Amino acid sequence: MIRDQGLTSKIWRIAVWALATLFVLNLLAVIAAVIVNSFATRWLGTWLPRGWTDRWYFSAWNEFQLSSVVIVTFEMAFVVVLISGILGVMTAYALARRDFPGKRAIILLFLLPLLIPPLTYGIPLATVLYQLGLGGTFWGVVLINLVPSFPFVVLVMIPFIEQIDPRIEAAARVFGAGTTSLFIRILLPLLLPGMLAALLLVLVRTLAMFELTFLIAGPQTQTLVVSLYYAVFASGVRAGQSIDAMAVIYMVTTLFWLIIALQFVNPTQIVARAKQQSAH
Amino acid sequence: MSGPSLKTRLAAQGLDGTTLLVLPGLLFMIALFIYPFVYGVADSLMPKDGGLWYENYAKFFSDQFQYGTIANTMWLALPVTIVNLAFAVPVAFRVRLMRRQRLLTTILVLPITLGTVFVADGLLTFLGPRGWFNETLILFGILDSPVKLTNNYWGVFASLLITGFPFAFLLTLSYITGIDPAIEQAAATLGANARQRFMRVFLPLLVPGLAVTFCLSFVQAFAVFPSAVLLGAPAGPTRVISIAAYQAAFEQYDHSYGTAIALIMGGVELIVVVAILGARSFFYRGPAGGTKG
Repeated sequence: MIRDQGLTSKIWRIAVWALATLFVLNLLAVIAAVIVNSFATRWLGTWLPRGWTDRWYFSAWNEFQLSSVVIVTFEMAFVVVLISGILGVMTAYALARRDFPGKRAIILLFLLPLLIPPLTYGIPLATVLYQLGLGGTFWGVVLINLVPSFPFVVLVMIPFIEQIDPRIEAAARVFGAGTTSLFIRILLPLLLPGMLAALLLVLVRTLAMFELTFLIAGPQTQTLVVSLYYAVFASGVRAGQSIDAMAVIYMVTTLFWLIIALQFVNPTQIVARAKQQSAH
Repeated sequence: MSGPSLKTRLAAQGLDGTTLLVLPGLLFMIALFIYPFVYGVADSLMPKDGGLWYENYAKFFSDQFQYGTIANTMWLALPVTIVNLAFAVPVAFRVRLMRRQRLLTTILVLPITLGTVFVADGLLTFLGPRGWFNETLILFGILDSPVKLTNNYWGVFASLLITGFPFAFLLTLSYITGIDPAIEQAAATLGANARQRFMRVFLPLLVPGLAVTFCLSFVQAFAVFPSAVLLGAPAGPTRVISIAAYQAAFEQYDHSYGTAIALIMGGVELIVVVAILGARSFFYRGPAGGTKG
């Protein structure tokens, strides 16, 4: 790489770093403010709270019925991951291996949910689901969350499958492998790293997906992020520390999976999804 | 038998057993994406209270409280997207030279994964009248008294900055690292200084990527919803179009009108995206690699 030594470029460099540092500091302070407040006995107008306590976590856990919310959140997220994984890999395999008329249109169809604002397709979809009697139910929440996550898996998996040499499959066929053993013994081991990355990303995205779940969730099917929204929305009813304790619980559940996901993917991949398709 | 069988002819077109694997996914998308969309369009043309087919749209565009939300959303989304991109490009150019980017990119991915609800909750404390932000500015003597930064335009602006800047930055970074460094070295060898290398080598190569980044960032900012309610003034200047759509569909139980507003929202966004991507075609489009072909 080339590094300039002139004075202007030095000033420019310092300015850019100062800006980046300022942003990171503010970002970390926002997260720290939530954590500090959740452990505070009372925090008004001082730099740090007067005393520390962990009782807000117990009160938040009971007040917001978090044990059932957490169970629903994870059940929902894992079902979404499972279905979008199975459907997504199947679809991506066909799209990666075959060229057929209408393929471009199908890929465009999988791109649309990632480009259209969630509320634009969420409101008509929620209307349909309510009319089918799925409003507020577990499967309603699962179905509405599958709409962005299944195409996401497809778009992540297509380039991954394309780079697996089809001659490996042909060789397995020559040696007499049937479709089942071809899939279990050849394809699955080769696909596993890509699938793991895609599914972990889906899991993180589904845990944090607010807009769509919010449209369809009923009192018994709220996920953590939706409960958090209602709590912040009605702040004043509950102690702020209690709400922040819940926010920390939400943060821990999301970050746990993010940390695991980051073992397999680069952070830039979390946003740079579907880049190849949309950038052409 | 004359000529190949139907199966062989279909296989030559790329249609065989493997192709059929696309069917379950396609059916899923038709059932849960295309059908609701078509249903929504039809639904929006059948107003709840009867009347003409375009009644919902006429209602939206004749009520200042409603059509004003388009301007409100634009007034938030466009400046935020421009600011995010303007900061993201220089920072990404610096970070590209860093050897250990991983820590920074991991920190920056946090707000994206935590989502706007969490960020809104945090900003309510952080930007509040006695929050760390105001206290720090007073400590350094920049301010005399706390400024109001929550429950107004600036609260939503800040939340879009916190989630939007990392998004724009990470996308830009992935585009910049896709440019072969040999191109820059060639330019430097020929005597181009930093400014010339940026303006005449990098920028033209980056324009397509920046256009896509702008669009994706804009899409996110334009769809702002939870933070506009929690951090903004949802009855006033930050009554964005998604709030209008949500209220119509789920608070007034008029799904026909709510869907109409949601479709207007998608339409407005599409116009901006198409305009940006259309402008892209005026610039260079081609390989950013240093090798032939």
